Amino acid sequence: MSDHILEMRGITKTFPGVTALQDVSLAVRRGEIHAICGENGAGKSTLMKVLSGVYPAGSYDGQIVLDGEQVGFRGIQDSEARGIVIIHQELALVPYLSIAENIFLGNERRGRGGLIDWHRTNAEAAALLRSVGLHENPVTPVIQLGVGKQQLVEIAKALSKKVRLLILDEPTAALNDVDSAHLLDLMRSLRDQGITCIMISHKLGEITAIADSTTVIRDGRTVETLDMADGAATQDRIIRGMVGRDLATFYPTRDVTPGEEVLRIEDWTVRHPTQDRLVVDRASLHVRAGEVVGIAGLMGAGRTELAMSVFGRAYGRDISGRLYVKGREVRARTVAEAIANGIAYATEDRKHYGLNLIDDVRGNISAAALDKLARNGWIDGNREIQVAEQGRRDMNIKAPTVMSVVGKLSGGNQQKVVLAKWLFTDPDVLILDEPTRGIDVGAKFEIYTIVNRLVAEGKAVVLISSELPELLGMCDRVYTLAAGRITGEMPVREATQENLMELMTKDRDLVR
Amino acid sequence: MTSTKPTPQKVAAPDTGAAASLHTGTSDPRTLILGNLRQSGIYIALVVIVALFAVLTDGVSLSPGNLTNIVLQYSYILVLAIGMVIVIIGGHIDLSVGSVVALTGAVSAVLVIREGMPWWAGVLAALAVGVAVGAWHGLWVAYAGIPAFIVTLAGMLLFRGLTLRVLDNISLSPFPEEYQRVAAGFLNGLLGGEGYDAFTLFIGAFAVVGYAVAVFRTRVARVRHEQPVESFPLFVLRIVVVGAVVMWFAWQLANARGLPIVLIVLAVLVLIYGLLTRRTVFGRQVYAIGGNLPAAMLSGVRVKRVNFWIFVNMGFLSAVAGVIYSSRSNGAQPAAGNMFELDAIAAAFIGGAAVTGGVGTVVGAMVGGLIMAVMSNGMQLMGVDQSVQSVVKGLVLLVAVAFDIWNKRRAAGAR
Repeated sequence: MSDHILEMRGITKTFPGVTALQDVSLAVRRGEIHAICGENGAGKSTLMKVLSGVYPAGSYDGQIVLDGEQVGFRGIQDSEARGIVIIHQELALVPYLSIAENIFLGNERRGRGGLIDWHRTNAEAAALLRSVGLHENPVTPVIQLGVGKQQLVEIAKALSKKVRLLILDEPTAALNDVDSAHLLDLMRSLRDQGITCIMISHKLGEITAIADSTTVIRDGRTVETLDMADGAATQDRIIRGMVGRDLATFYPTRDVTPGEEVLRIEDWTVRHPTQDRLVVDRASLHVRAGEVVGIAGLMGAGRTELAMSVFGRAYGRDISGRLYVKGREVRARTVAEAIANGIAYATEDRKHYGLNLIDDVRGNISAAALDKLARNGWIDGNREIQVAEQGRRDMNIKAPTVMSVVGKLSGGNQQKVVLAKWLFTDPDVLILDEPTRGIDVGAKFEIYTIVNRLVAEGKAVVLISSELPELLGMCDRVYTLAAGRITGEMPVREATQENLMELMTKDRDLVR
Repeated sequence: MTSTKPTPQKVAAPDTGAAASLHTGTSDPRTLILGNLRQSGIYIALVVIVALFAVLTDGVSLSPGNLTNIVLQYSYILVLAIGMVIVIIGGHIDLSVGSVVALTGAVSAVLVIREGMPWWAGVLAALAVGVAVGAWHGLWVAYAGIPAFIVTLAGMLLFRGLTLRVLDNISLSPFPEEYQRVAAGFLNGLLGGEGYDAFTLFIGAFAVVGYAVAVFRTRVARVRHEQPVESFPLFVLRIVVVGAVVMWFAWQLANARGLPIVLIVLAVLVLIYGLLTRRTVFGRQVYAIGGNLPAAMLSGVRVKRVNFWIFVNMGFLSAVAGVIYSSRSNGAQPAAGNMFELDAIAAAFIGGAAVTGGVGTVVGAMVGGLIMAVMSNGMQLMGVDQSVQSVVKGLVLLVAVAFDIWNKRRAAGAR
């Protein structure tokens, strides 16, 4: 038997129109902690779904070799039977069931007559909890536990399935420092017991501290696998692998001198709506007219949360801090007030939060400012069509007519509908959250051109993006966000992918 | 009958090569039929069912007397269906309307019959109670965030109980003549006529002309804004068909007892609510909430307020139905309105409303209600057993919604 527990060779996975993974290889040694790094959308999660059988054998090309034997999983049950267990970032526990019930869910400990043997269930659960260092009664409902402890329950559940290869997707993303440290300790002790771990993480500090080797993935391809043992692979070395991409996309130029300050946020702090942690922590930033300001941050850094909380408190609780639009303090408590104060927010998830997909182009474009088209509550239908037609022309929306249903348009054209909708509200500042996600190169270029036209007209634009080249190509200034805090700000001429990534991956400890 | 008919040509073009059909009248019959199947499906179904029962009953179902009867017998269900389709478009449901029909009728009966107050005082009191009930539901659904299914299930029990209390568990009757006229009265003889009522024909003609003018103006506006319209012969054909059906219907009514007052009430409500749903900010926001709630919220729609008014409106229309029903049954009974909610819900769904919200039209719900009405009436004329009637109605509802979902899946798969 080779000393590799797992080898994935030449994995290629395509979705309609997109190649998510292209000839990816991964070799994991027996009994090591193997980290997988990459930007948002690089293909890490897709690779893990291929491995765990979420994407069944046959839906991808390439080989998976486990213990020297080629395997093809048809579903997650297959991979679990071979000792591969994946713990997703969004924990999959049933909140109202007890710890023990969750651990043995779908794998119940049965006694006579097929009935559940509760004594055995709870006793075995208690033993598993001891092995992960969780001091809780197994009959406690999971909902009463914090996220950190829930994570441990997930690991206990994995252990109950006789796990040999444990995959953790961003295990510490939602944890505080104490819980994170405990989890990393637990991973070390699991390794010492002979359990191999694959960890997807954005936190380079953690990776250098714990991983034995690191595979870097970029744009759906394996870049390299670094051996962490000799200490040569520093955080800088990993960053270089993650971002080493040519600035292939072309960005239209613009020549606008920023003017007056339009938006200012001071000490903006937002608490998670259900969990007891800050998702935005004393963030301050400002944007001027005619300026594109970027916000760079990895998944979970709090970018969307920052934007949505500013947009009429559409996210979070216990929001504190001050918000100024054109020098005037604004206390917008509802989205309608935010819109009235000249703020517009185009969401990162246009299908779920941005558009009414079953409505037509016209109805979507007018949705955020219907009052402008109405007198005494009656909509002027002809004017609405005029407005929609103008939006269609200005944004070059490729739809047969403005009566076309939005759900049938391509992603790029849907995004243009979103832009047309927010421009019709006539905002002073436009917050664009991942405006080019999932759209093709041509449409991206069109969106960039529209953004340039808007700032030329004197609007202020905040651009949130996971693609660093996009931020470097489009912005005048860039802020970096990590763990809810602004970790840096610089004019774009000083910014490089490397120094942005370094600021984006700053752990909490390093910030202090 | 109204100008609120959804314009069926708007989804005519399939995706591939859609740009080619830009700004031109689509007259390729295959495209038209396939593209409009969803919209025209229920109209075709109504025609088929009407024809079927005309054959099965040897034409009795289309006799002047029976047509008048259908209008009188099912008008209150159609009134409820108007409110219900709006509730369903908003992504909710209302199970309480039958109880509210009973309660509002009971309040009216107590005031008019027992206390001897004038007929209009009973009507106003019933409407006020309906609005109050709607506000009660609205508060719980919109502001307390309780699912409408639960709130209105509770309301169904609650208001049935209050009905029993108001009536002291006994029926009240009869209403004075004026009150009975609401549901059983006719407007006729105003313009004379030999053996038929000329006034009814006049109103029918008036409606047809109004419809023709409205659709013509819409078409002109659409052409001016370079929107696609159906080919001109088809457009004319549509007006001729609608006009012929309406005039034939008016002729049949004119040869019976004339123009029922409830039909006027119903027509006015359909007209108002058709416009309300299509042409007002409120109406559009209902569609937005039902179509994508988070997106509506992030577009600045005051979701709670809209939800509140959806239920106030449902309460109001339940009261209108309550007045019509108590007038028709000439009294108030503790068990009045039982299961009306299910007929109203079925009408909305057969009429193309989506279970998930965001889809549906007032006119569609009316056609859905008429399908149910014609079927029930036809089966009664044939003397079909009650048990069979119930089974048939249940299957029709199931098949209608299954067809709708299959149709949507086909549309989604075509992408």
